[in-house]
Amino acid sequence: MNERILTVLRSAVPGCALVLASAAAQAQLAIEITGAGANRMPVAVAAFEGENALPRAVTDIIRADLERSGLFKMVELGPSPMGANAPVDYGRIRSRGADAVAVGTVSPGGGGRYQVQVQLHDSQKQVSLGGQAMTMAPNQYRATGHRIADFIYEKLTGEPGVFSTRIAYVLKVGSRYELQIADADGSNAQTALASKEPIISPAWSPDGTRLAYVSFESKKPVVYVHSLATGQRNVAANFKGSNSAPAWAPDGRRLAVVLTKDGQSQLYSVNADGSGVQRLASSAGIDTEPSWSIDGMIYFTSDRGGSPQIYRVSAGGGTAERVTFEGSYNVSPRPSPDGKSLVYVSRNGGRFQITMLDLASRQTQILTDTSKDESPSFAPNGRMILYATETGGRGVLAAVSADGRVKQRLSVQSGDVREPAWGPQPRN
Amino acid sequence: MKFARLTLSLIAVGLLAACSSAPKTDADQAGAAVEERSSGASTSGIDNSRVVPVDAGSASGTGIAALKDPKSILSKRSVLFDYDSYVIKSEYQALIEAHAKFLLANPKMKMLIQGNTDERGSREYNLALGQKRADAVKKALSLLGVPEAQLESVSLGEEKPSCGESTESCWAANRRGDMLYSGEF
Repeated sequence: MNERILTVLRSAVPGCALVLASAAAQAQLAIEITGAGANRMPVAVAAFEGENALPRAVTDIIRADLERSGLFKMVELGPSPMGANAPVDYGRIRSRGADAVAVGTVSPGGGGRYQVQVQLHDSQKQVSLGGQAMTMAPNQYRATGHRIADFIYEKLTGEPGVFSTRIAYVLKVGSRYELQIADADGSNAQTALASKEPIISPAWSPDGTRLAYVSFESKKPVVYVHSLATGQRNVAANFKGSNSAPAWAPDGRRLAVVLTKDGQSQLYSVNADGSGVQRLASSAGIDTEPSWSIDGMIYFTSDRGGSPQIYRVSAGGGTAERVTFEGSYNVSPRPSPDGKSLVYVSRNGGRFQITMLDLASRQTQILTDTSKDESPSFAPNGRMILYATETGGRGVLAAVSADGRVKQRLSVQSGDVREPAWGPQPRN
Repeated sequence: MKFARLTLSLIAVGLLAACSSAPKTDADQAGAAVEERSSGASTSGIDNSRVVPVDAGSASGTGIAALKDPKSILSKRSVLFDYDSYVIKSEYQALIEAHAKFLLANPKMKMLIQGNTDERGSREYNLALGQKRADAVKKALSLLGVPEAQLESVSLGEEKPSCGESTESCWAANRRGDMLYSGEF
């Protein structure tokens, strides 16, 4: 009890948001790997020179990020620091089994800030793969660690890392609901909205500054647009009937929404401030779950053909085209960031599972072995899919890689987590 | 030792109370609808001053108090549906008729119909299915003459189940439309 109070006091100095985060420590997301990639690359992150001056070693964050990605096997080199500019004994690194090593130096940079320099070396080719330099305030060890992990990830895989991103999700404890935002590693959970009524369908604006979501606080579903930095929000859709399923257009100015104001659930678009409502598609059944693709198509769920299937229509209007043809229940479409594939939820013999469809080859692959999957959300690099499921009767989040190999589970100590949404790359 | 702990607790509470700049929105304070508003009989500090409202011009037993009277059919507010069905079963005909009659006799009263589903499947698709249930109840009432202006049908999808287990009987209890009157929403 004493320790928790001390933690609150220590965190109170930089700002109030951190006090909330500490108080919410019990609701912190814990992330565990439950399945790793088949061929994990062995890499080492040496202790950085001078990082003991920081409240926490930045290399702790880097190693945890790389390990959690499921693509790397961390090789321990021991406690001796290896500076950014010191010559590297490639033979020693190879003999420890590491194909690559990251070395670095943390030095005082004036004004209480620190300079960080990193170098990444390929121990097989015996060359430097490149370096990074940045400055940080001492309490930015997390953000700095994530940034360096992104740098290493990109150098070694050729893809951008997502360690500096955030995720949104809904936490239900008893009859309380909280829309929370945490770092991609589950740290720094903060509450954007607390309510006695349900919150569903959070959606990040493309610039990462706003969340759209559906709140039932007025005893019916209403779509809000909420600015995270200020806590200010406006109603984006509250027509007669139900208003739900917000999805941002790539330009961040409009949302696709589902309204029942004219009868059954149908697709409309509306400006973020709630003005300018326009019909997007029409059918005699239910149209719902719109999701914009980078190529200007909107994927959605419709039961116009008798059973819920996935369709797509151009955002500019036109005829909708059916996309799924196997099985009798295919819902919750989310196109990949590059627009080349689609994840969705299919029901197979009573099991609801995240499924991947390659849009060119039309091949499908069930990615999970859980059976109550819902709400898939792509990481902005298209490599991982975050989704909600149930384990042991409790709502948890899980993530699976696009090839189905890497698996993670994200859980809280008490309560149910659901409705995840992976945020965009931060714009620095 | 105990004093130090108490002091630390007080300081922590003080700090937490002083934090007003965190951008956390509380739906309860943001002017959103309060969960419960009482309607019907009011009580004052004096005993025996309870007043039961009687609706002039209506037959006895169909006044506003009947909405909460367990002996009145009007206190029953739920229509249950079969799996994958949006058809109102004949066993609910009398209930629908009673509520239609009440709404016609009380044109200032509004009704919110909330449709619900069981928990299986996508939340948003279930929201749309719940809407179909609410719409079915609304249509049945309007066919009996209740004006559109008195009715709103919305969906709660799977979000507010009356029964929390993953069993057939719970699922059946959750496939329903609920009728709420002005003052209850």
